[in-house]
Amino acid sequence: MRSTWGLAAPLVAPLGLAYAAFFVAPLLMLFAVSFYADDRMTVLGLGQWQRFLGDAFHWKVIGNTVLLGLKTVAATLLLGLPLALAYRAASPGWQRVLLFVVVMPLLTSVVVRTFAWIVILGREGVVNQMVMGLGLAADPLRLLQTELGLVISLTQIEMPLLLLPLLSVMARIDPNLMDASASLGASPWRTLFRVILPLAAPGIAAGCLLVFASSTTAFISQSVIGGERLVYLPAMVWQQAMVVANWPFAATAAIALLVSVSAVIAVIATAGRIAGGRIHG
Amino acid sequence: MPTAPATDPAASPSPSLQGHTLDVLGLTVRYGGFTALDAVDLAVQPGEILALLGPSGCGKTTLLRTVAGFTRQAEGQVLIDGASIDDLPPNRRQVGIVFQNYALFPHMSVADNVAYGLQARRWAKPRIAARVAELLEMVQLGPLRDRAPRQLSGGQQQRVALARALAIEPSILLLDEPFAALDRSLRLDMQIEIKRLQRQLGLTAILVTHDQDEAMSVADRIAVMRGGRIEQLGTPVEVYDQPRTRFVSGFIGSTNLLPCLMLGAEAGMARIRLPDGAHLAAPLGSAAPLPPGPAVLAVRPEQLMLHDEAADDRFPVALGLALPIGGQTIREATTEGGAPLRLVEPRLGGIADRGPRAWCGLVPGARPAVFPHPDTEEE
Ligand SMILES: Nc1ncnc2c1ncn2[C@@H]1O[C@H](COP(=O)(O)OP(=O)(O)O)[C@@H](O)[C@H]1O
Ligand SMILES: [Mg+2]
Repeated sequence: MRSTWGLAAPLVAPLGLAYAAFFVAPLLMLFAVSFYADDRMTVLGLGQWQRFLGDAFHWKVIGNTVLLGLKTVAATLLLGLPLALAYRAASPGWQRVLLFVVVMPLLTSVVVRTFAWIVILGREGVVNQMVMGLGLAADPLRLLQTELGLVISLTQIEMPLLLLPLLSVMARIDPNLMDASASLGASPWRTLFRVILPLAAPGIAAGCLLVFASSTTAFISQSVIGGERLVYLPAMVWQQAMVVANWPFAATAAIALLVSVSAVIAVIATAGRIAGGRIHG
Repeated sequence: MPTAPATDPAASPSPSLQGHTLDVLGLTVRYGGFTALDAVDLAVQPGEILALLGPSGCGKTTLLRTVAGFTRQAEGQVLIDGASIDDLPPNRRQVGIVFQNYALFPHMSVADNVAYGLQARRWAKPRIAARVAELLEMVQLGPLRDRAPRQLSGGQQQRVALARALAIEPSILLLDEPFAALDRSLRLDMQIEIKRLQRQLGLTAILVTHDQDEAMSVADRIAVMRGGRIEQLGTPVEVYDQPRTRFVSGFIGSTNLLPCLMLGAEAGMARIRLPDGAHLAAPLGSAAPLPPGPAVLAVRPEQLMLHDEAADDRFPVALGLALPIGGQTIREATTEGGAPLRLVEPRLGGIADRGPRAWCGLVPGARPAVFPHPDTEEE
């Protein structure tokens, strides 16, 4: 162990220093800044925290942000699990096609894929033209600047973050386990719920964690598709820092975002570790 | 050693003692353009262990998977007790299978693994608990019921896999190279164990193996497979003593193949001549009478013996290595035509001292086999 560490230490040093300089230090500064009571940063005090936590509106923003993350996680899971099962069953050729479709969002720029969703969801967009063309609705549906539209686009954008860990965990499940389950009399549904999903749990947890962290902090999608009337924590931080120029309050909101997202992530990770510990630990 | 089934108090898990039959009719399985099983016919008797023996890739696993319903045949039928099961999905076939890698559910305890099939059948909880206890007792794993599979040794995992498959009282038990991952002494224990359980429960079982000794010792009958076909089906003694083809004779036990000339047959005795001029008269072991002409004599090491003098029915050999193994000496030799030869002599204290040359003949009463020459054999 010691000799490995001795070898590794100089190699990780650059990364460690960069990490300390550009992540740990700014984070500490963020904490420090949040304890200025005024926006000119002259008086120390708990004023920003009192203002932030004392206002029900801010609590609602925290709640909306967490809820947006949870809804996106639920939607990606609902669509991603069947896709992962289909991937398992597909021939190698189809697996390659599916994998390409799955990672595509990662290969396009955030701006491009966000504006693509505007084209799709807009008043004159693809969805509305189809819905109205089929006579399903008389007036165009309002999808842009709604939470529904935002969740729809985030689901597509975050899908690879769920599927990549999930597919790699599922690929390691011994296919004989499914056959054994069937030969013991289990229906395909029982096999899914008693064998496949429990064994895929670590991958599901890892994927959910990434999707949650990424969708709650997706500033560009949130502002462009969600618009100004849907306020989430990242937009609030941006607005306070860049528009209002109240850095202490922005720091407080940023810490609130960090804490609330980390809390949910800790819950998901613990659930995943419990499920995974039974299997691999 | 196994005790007689009737006096074994260890277990009596509701035996289904009248065994079930399994019939496979004209079964053909293709993977793309590749034919993995080619019109296989097989009838497994109630309560027998039938071994599928053959080299890797000959279709043994494919046959098991098709019987279990995991793989779909292109043609042919599978019948249990005379009724076709071709339209039943695997979970309704009542076929138990033990995989080579055991395929235990890693996230469940030993007891939960065994209970799995009973839960799928929606048995009541107390009934499941009683049955699981009974089965774990039977495979001597009672104390380990709460362990995870990864905490067990290979032999213990094997027993869990067996108990799990037996829990559902399968009509047919399929075992795919179940001993391949075990070391030698454990393998023997498990072979005895499976034989004991199978006798006790009156199970009909198919055992896949590529180990001829295992097939000989465990199975009631052996089906020797090659290239997706069954080349010979018979009792271990039949398959060993009367191999129907050169492949079977080479695959089961070891065999010396000597090119020879078939002169004729009379009264069940083949008259053959070896290239060195020796005339042998051998009771014809092979089923099909051969026309006169080039042929191959398949003679087992223990069917040959060495002499110090020449005779009409002996041929000269140059002696090579002699390896004492237990009570026998295995000798290597070469005929004058250059064909390598292996023979076994009983050891009567020390290795018999022989010169570099000797004359080789058949042991009186030996029944070697004569097969068509490869050039004339139709494939
Ligand atoms: N899923 C599959 N797809 C294509 N070929 C297969 C598949 N399974 C088996 N095969 C081929 O079928 C032949 C028989 O395989 P198998 O039944 O596993 O042989 P064995 O168990 O006797 O070693 C082999 O040549 C193997 O490569
Ligand atoms: Mg095999």
